[in-house]
Amino acid sequence: MKIGILLSRVRVEEKWLFEALEKRGMEYDRLDDREVKFDLAHPGPWLQYDVILERSISYGRGLYACQVLNSWGIPTVNRAQVAATCGDKLATSAVLQAAGVPQPAVRVAFTPESALEIIEEMGYPVVLKPVVGSWGRLVSKVNDRDAAEALLEHREVLGNYQQQIYYVQEYIHKPNGRDIRAFVVGDETIAAIYRTSPHWITNTARGGKASNCPVTPELNAVCLAAAKAVGGGVLAIDVLETADQGFLINEINHTMEFHSSVPATGVDIPGKVIDYLVLVGKSEARSPKPDGARNRQYAPMGAGV
Amino acid sequence: MPRGPFYFLEEELMSTLCPECEAALTLNDVVQGEIVVCPDCGVDLEVTAVAPAVTLALAPQEAEDWGE
Repeated sequence: MKIGILLSRVRVEEKWLFEALEKRGMEYDRLDDREVKFDLAHPGPWLQYDVILERSISYGRGLYACQVLNSWGIPTVNRAQVAATCGDKLATSAVLQAAGVPQPAVRVAFTPESALEIIEEMGYPVVLKPVVGSWGRLVSKVNDRDAAEALLEHREVLGNYQQQIYYVQEYIHKPNGRDIRAFVVGDETIAAIYRTSPHWITNTARGGKASNCPVTPELNAVCLAAAKAVGGGVLAIDVLETADQGFLINEINHTMEFHSSVPATGVDIPGKVIDYLVLVGKSEARSPKPDGARNRQYAPMGAGV
Repeated sequence: MPRGPFYFLEEELMSTLCPECEAALTLNDVVQGEIVVCPDCGVDLEVTAVAPAVTLALAPQEAEDWGE
């Protein structure tokens, strides 16, 4: 079996993944996403890979690489559809809602005026989030109308069109100053941490401290339901604790970081990711692929075929 | 020159200059693609090669779609 690791930079996580691969005697290549080139009609050397682990730090590069690879029948962890869903908070919330997975209330609008109306209807505080983004970037707690108007005005002038998609989420108070980050690999919640911070944003990338969180049957059940809703794979699920509604799913990450979670939990997260990757490589093994030209199904009108 | 008692460890260390501030950096056990921080000027540096000599370049700046 030949494995590819698509990456942008070698973080602690990637080092641990390489170690896990080497420990298992797996043959693998590092694939730097800055050097990647695809010819859609000629998969060529890409077909040597039985499975590719996507670890790009760039959402766009990882997503589009997986779309191309999956179109050639090359399995990726995670699949492009999973990345497309998890990389977009609105897409995530929509599939969670459709699957009946509990989450904070979410409303959406497309203009600052409409956004202000839904914020006022929901009541303060609320959380305004970019639909695409990570590490808590530009995630804003809106405490009153003045703050809402200022934030919406600022968002309007940001260059990316996605900043004009106004995703407004119910604010969930964290009485213990913490939330939960749970790791799902395949059909198991393998570990979870509490992320504790004096700030309402608890991301470890923003200074939240990690400590072990027991994976109870209830936590496992809600995390597996959330993972299934977005298409499954290797996922980090952010969970909010509430007194009256139980667990609520906040966000789902498809290229998770785990450098603070391994020491906090003692769980061999990279090892479990690699075991799952190998399983996917074996179970989704392809028949020999023709090249793109010979694989053509479409016959132009009038071609007499 | 006689070797010190930990010469084998010293050989694992790799020396180079920060491309931003030219501080002398000694790196230990780094791999290509890893990000290190210059202790003098604080800039993020990417290890672009480890053999035959370690080379560093300014690391890419965080982009809007970066994350997990």
